[in-house]
Amino acid sequence: MVEVKKKLKILGEDVLKDINQKKNPDIDIPIRSLSNVIYNEKTKQLTLGNKVSKRYLFNVAHAKRFMQTMLVAALCKELQKENIHTSLRDLFYILKKTLPNSDENTFDEQRESDPIIVDLEVMLGILREQLHLNADVRGRVVGNVVIKDMGDLINLGKLGSGGWAIPSNVEDLTLKRVNAKYILVIEKNAAFERLHEDKFWKKQKCILITTQGQAARGPRRLIQRLSAEYKLPVYVFTDADSYGWYIYSVLKYGSISLAHISERLGCPNAKFIGLTISDIDEFKLEDFTIKTRDVDIKRAREMLKYDWFKHPAWQKELKLMIKRKIKAELEALSGRGLRFMTEVYLPRKIKNKDFLP
Amino acid sequence: MVEKPGKTAQEMARDHREVAVSEFFEKNRHLLGYDNPTKALLTVIKELVDNSLDACEETRILPRVWIEIKPDGADRFRVMVKDNGPGMTDKQIPLALGKLLYGSKFFKLRQSRGTQGIGASGTILYSQLTTGKPTTIIASTGNGKTSYYEIMIDVKKNDPEIVSHQFIEDGKIWHGMKVEMTIEGRYVESRKSVPEYIKQVAIANPYANITFDGPNGRVEFPRTANELPPLPKEIKPHPYGVELGILRRMLKSSKSRTVASFLMNDFSRVGGGSAKEICKLADIDSKISPQRLEITDTEKLFKAMQKTKLIRPPTDCLSPLGEDLLIKGLKKEFKAEFFASVTRPPAVYRGNPFQIEVAVAYGGELPQEGSIKVLRITNRVPLLYQEGDCAITKSIITTDWRRYGLSQSGRSIPVGPAVIIVHLASVWVPYISESKQAVASYPVIIKEIKLALQGIGRNLQRHVSGKRKAEMQKKRKEIFDRYLPEVAKAVGKLTDKKPEPILNKLKGILKNYAKVSEDGRGKEKTENSG
Repeated sequence: MVEVKKKLKILGEDVLKDINQKKNPDIDIPIRSLSNVIYNEKTKQLTLGNKVSKRYLFNVAHAKRFMQTMLVAALCKELQKENIHTSLRDLFYILKKTLPNSDENTFDEQRESDPIIVDLEVMLGILREQLHLNADVRGRVVGNVVIKDMGDLINLGKLGSGGWAIPSNVEDLTLKRVNAKYILVIEKNAAFERLHEDKFWKKQKCILITTQGQAARGPRRLIQRLSAEYKLPVYVFTDADSYGWYIYSVLKYGSISLAHISERLGCPNAKFIGLTISDIDEFKLEDFTIKTRDVDIKRAREMLKYDWFKHPAWQKELKLMIKRKIKAELEALSGRGLRFMTEVYLPRKIKNKDFLP
Repeated sequence: MVEKPGKTAQEMARDHREVAVSEFFEKNRHLLGYDNPTKALLTVIKELVDNSLDACEETRILPRVWIEIKPDGADRFRVMVKDNGPGMTDKQIPLALGKLLYGSKFFKLRQSRGTQGIGASGTILYSQLTTGKPTTIIASTGNGKTSYYEIMIDVKKNDPEIVSHQFIEDGKIWHGMKVEMTIEGRYVESRKSVPEYIKQVAIANPYANITFDGPNGRVEFPRTANELPPLPKEIKPHPYGVELGILRRMLKSSKSRTVASFLMNDFSRVGGGSAKEICKLADIDSKISPQRLEITDTEKLFKAMQKTKLIRPPTDCLSPLGEDLLIKGLKKEFKAEFFASVTRPPAVYRGNPFQIEVAVAYGGELPQEGSIKVLRITNRVPLLYQEGDCAITKSIITTDWRRYGLSQSGRSIPVGPAVIIVHLASVWVPYISESKQAVASYPVIIKEIKLALQGIGRNLQRHVSGKRKAEMQKKRKEIFDRYLPEVAKAVGKLTDKKPEPILNKLKGILKNYAKVSEDGRGKEKTENSG
């Protein structure tokens, strides 16, 4: 992409200009933490504020990250030039090396290179995918959908028990045919497999997607595209605990660390189908609950304060959890019978439109 | 049941008799530092070396001391200490060494190593107690005559018992004294040992030349200074510093004819007016003979002496080592990179003048790990035992060393590559016991030590932070030496330019920025770009 190439070159030229003027080269990096994330009530999205941190070359505390930023940027430029893609992990290994006459490495862990890539995204206003960088593949989908990926037509309903593994970059695939009434996003793979085996998606005319934990960017973008391009409602199905609920909020509003691309990844119309603490009483799950740990409670208390959890229904659920000190996993439903989830719980919730906002 | 009748008062009185000092100490030898074989060997060496150094200094002779310890059967050692001091006249020898509490130092106050007159004779007593053998003393004053004595102590009478006495007439002209004895003991080379003691003596007395010939070979401690510190002046005791028992003895042995003249002649800082005031306060006749004072009057006199307002004692009687000698002493034994010392002005505790000096050695080849080494010295004598009870240790652990660049957890000896030497000079060092191993914790003494420690602490802190700064500079340069080529290459790739000119320019900027960005710890600065 010409635009990306140009932006990378401008970044280098800005630094070079400082060098030529004998100044301490610096780059501006928008801050990606809660203090600079704004919840937009209207668009229902988390967006980035305008706080910027300066990263200087001639500052002992910044120097290494400055060097790392330049190394990542230079490699990205090569990827553009050669028009090849690589993974985050691969990028780390390509750049990792020991500096001459020392014991110091350019990068010691992937945890160092990953945030620099996000720095570049935010700084240049381009997506990681546009930089030709892919994350690990995580998340699967099944449903009556036909797509075209790298020239191949794929029917997502005819891929056997495993479904289709969602690649990290779904920008370039086209949605050919979609025959569904809604999308059900499931936190856990086990529940996804149960629903798939029970042919839930055929009976209910829906698309099943599992995020396998916190959603990666590929599945998030796919959900967003399906929902936006075909006007499909999105229902999210997670454990009844603070982590499950946060997975939902990331799908709906975006995340704090990726607030800069919320509009491409968020599904503001997504609704929460369950589980809730209230479900425990309504569906008689009391015997299958788990006691909360201190971290669950701590996380719930933090979430009480987030603007995007201020809705009374959510405040009530969070407070219930803190008060009763219990949580429930999706598997709790199997306690009521192995097909309770597919035959009772989900159909009743959908029929009654029993959702949380 | 018929009880056996007890002793009558008459019978009891027959049993009572005077206990000679020497007999008392025979039974209480731990009080003198002879509680175990290891400590006993150290005490013998310490007492004899103290005497040699005192004698040399008093006659302004640069000390040369030979020490020899050789095994003599199981748990026994033949010990010899020889010096180049003034020696002793033939008549004086048996009295000076064969009688406890005999000495010239007792009623005069002067900063010296020994004070009680039990040191050397105590060693002879210990030798005969453990091996039954007499001690050999050879001495000459430089007149061509050499005295040879073999001496034991009559414990009951506290009198010398001369086993053998003769003159060696080999025509040799020399001065000095040699004491040789066999004792029971145990030789170690650990922390609290004879070699450690001698090493510390050499540090505290850098003008002395010491040879130590021990069971494991010979060690030389050459002198590093050729001048003796000035001879301490002798002063009379100050009324505030005298104890009741000593006052009684002074009264008995005084040559003054009245109590008033006794006070004026035998004490410092007492004039006619003060003497009268003391007598009036004590309600005793100032014209009465000191020998005839009743015991109750003595007590009244003692109390009155404490209550009367008097000028502080003179302090010019003290002879500190001086900052120069202290550092020379440390340099002799420790290869450190930094030395500093502080000498406090003289101060007074309970009528006794004293002075604190402190020096530190830091870094270099001193071990980085573990607690710092603390040398406790009183009147140039190292103390090895009872460190926990000593005012010097207490002062060190209650000083905050973290602010001076050493690490320290709570109230403990700090950790770091440092040696601290604390010297207390006084006409009367307040030891907590007769074995003279720990200084009593008078608040004013602790205060003076801490002030001195804080003084060297500030010097140390300057050195350590300067060193850290230099290390930071070096580290910073190394960091950029590593990073700049990488940055130059990357910027070159981004801009399609050659990296070499970029690197050269970056190196130019680095020179200008060598002093900048001291805020090196910080986060990236936050700004609002609006």
